[in-house]
Amino acid sequence: MSRSATNPWLNRFAILTALATLALIGIGGLVTSHGVGMAVPDWPTTYGYNMFAFPISKWVGGVFYEHSHRLVASAVGFLTVILMVWLWIKDSRRWLRWLGVAAFFAVVLQGVLGGLRVVLYKDEIGIFHAALAQAFLVLTCAIALFTSAWWNKLSERIAPIIDNAGLRRLFAIVTVLIFVQLVVGATMRHQHAGLAIPDFPLAYHKIWPPMDAASVATYNQTRDAAEGTNPITAFQIGLQMLHRIMALLIGIAVVYSAWLTRRQLGVRNPLAKLSLVWVGLILLQVTLGAYTIWSNKAADIATVHVMVGALSLVTATLLTIVSFRLLIPVRAANLAAAKSETTEFLPDKRAATSVK
Amino acid sequence: MESEIVKCFTNHLRRELANVIFAPLLIVKLSMKMNPRFLVIPALIAGLQAASAADITGTVTLKGTPPPEKSIDAITSDPNCGKLHSGPVKTQFYVVGSKGELKDVVVVVRGISGKSAGESAAPLVMDQKGCEYVPYVTAVQSNQKIVVKNSDPVLHNIHPTPTGNGNKEVNKAQMAGGPDITFTFATPEDFLRFKCDVHPWMFGYVTVVDHPYFAVTDKDGNFKIANVPPGKYTVEAMHRKAGKDSKPVEVKSDNVKQDFTLSVPAQ
Repeated sequence: MSRSATNPWLNRFAILTALATLALIGIGGLVTSHGVGMAVPDWPTTYGYNMFAFPISKWVGGVFYEHSHRLVASAVGFLTVILMVWLWIKDSRRWLRWLGVAAFFAVVLQGVLGGLRVVLYKDEIGIFHAALAQAFLVLTCAIALFTSAWWNKLSERIAPIIDNAGLRRLFAIVTVLIFVQLVVGATMRHQHAGLAIPDFPLAYHKIWPPMDAASVATYNQTRDAAEGTNPITAFQIGLQMLHRIMALLIGIAVVYSAWLTRRQLGVRNPLAKLSLVWVGLILLQVTLGAYTIWSNKAADIATVHVMVGALSLVTATLLTIVSFRLLIPVRAANLAAAKSETTEFLPDKRAATSVK
Repeated sequence: MESEIVKCFTNHLRRELANVIFAPLLIVKLSMKMNPRFLVIPALIAGLQAASAADITGTVTLKGTPPPEKSIDAITSDPNCGKLHSGPVKTQFYVVGSKGELKDVVVVVRGISGKSAGESAAPLVMDQKGCEYVPYVTAVQSNQKIVVKNSDPVLHNIHPTPTGNGNKEVNKAQMAGGPDITFTFATPEDFLRFKCDVHPWMFGYVTVVDHPYFAVTDKDGNFKIANVPPGKYTVEAMHRKAGKDSKPVEVKSDNVKQDFTLSVPAQ
């Protein structure tokens, strides 16, 4: 059994798995946006049928979204199993083989969480299910990156640079911020309470909306919510304000990161190019967030908002990973330089280390 | 201090009186296991009690102009449900007559509890017709059976989402032409929501009361709560959108009429 780090078809398959996962997040987003997560009351069966034998004639109303979500999820699970086995057999890197195993366990856990959400009627599970979906997408995208020829030849093509601007840390912090933002968003979506604040950029015509009991009672009485939506609470209003504030912070942080990257590394550096894509995604995401409110949470807009959020997280993570490959922390560079100076006085030159 | 003693005594007296009033119900229950000849006695007592009980009737009207009902376009655009309607379908938030008579108001006698005869009461039937719950608003006694039918040629899921302690959320599949599904709820709660997630516009509301003294207004805003035992009560009228109002009512041997007026909330 010959193993290598360069397997073009394995890389293509990893990209396919990542794309299928993104599509799955989109369909999952549609399920929540349409409020039809419970349209199929049983799991793992569908209306008593084996999931794969459920007649198409019965895919009516909300069943269409929920059942499609289950089938695509099964396909992603199947792809992940193949990816894991393929990595195990063909890839020479031990850590990457175990990353494939981690992806397998993540997809199994994700499937079980989806099922438990249905049979246990717990919104909290739905929130965790949504957060894990994002993390799983990041994992599959990372595997796609690690199996690519681009990644394997990156160090050969571009010499590592000392990270004077602290870009590695900046990318990592913004990645965590985006993930937290996605969890906040998932929590808002899984309250099934519609829009907690119906206007933007103001909130109930104010910069900061009153959240006392009397004000919340008035909001509930006068809001134009779809029938069956849960009443809003002060917590939900606070959550949406937090989402807005975090969006602002992330927007500023991403634009600043992109500007700093281009200034430090030049426009031709892959990190600079990718960070420009990142800025585009974040601007699109903010626009979609605003439009979600202006459209009174139209299902398709809200779902695209979820997907672009996922892509923003993926971009942030890939930037962080690539930055850890291309940039050397100042402290490590100083340490290496100091060692290099010391070894000049030693007879054995083998101890010398290179920055590269 | 003196007034507190008097209040305490009158409360005690009221409880005792209530027990006397409801004793026939208990006797009827116990006598089920006895010799049939003994049924004559409770029947006589119950007859006497019914003779002394009275009805509370009235009309609920709406003050103010309700917002226009919204079209439920999702029904008509749905390939299966759309076929079941010849015209547009609208929400039923305010079903109001020409003189403000308000339908779907739940009127409940408050101050009575633990007197439910729901287990032996006839089941309440809710149907799914035209991808809507019929009736839209209704009420049952605690532990009374709620039988949900599916008269539609399309599958539904029946998903009650109670909030009362001990009332369990369940979600049941019901295929077209499938058997009826029965639900019961032990804890009283107002407007317990039934929903269908297959058709996210489908809602029905059931108020659960732990005694039989309640009614839901008809299209003319009328209600009748039958055979209320004599006593002083508060009667509450509740509407999902127009809120609630309550009035003190004293029942003696004659029927009592009590009207209510609810208002459209300020926008």
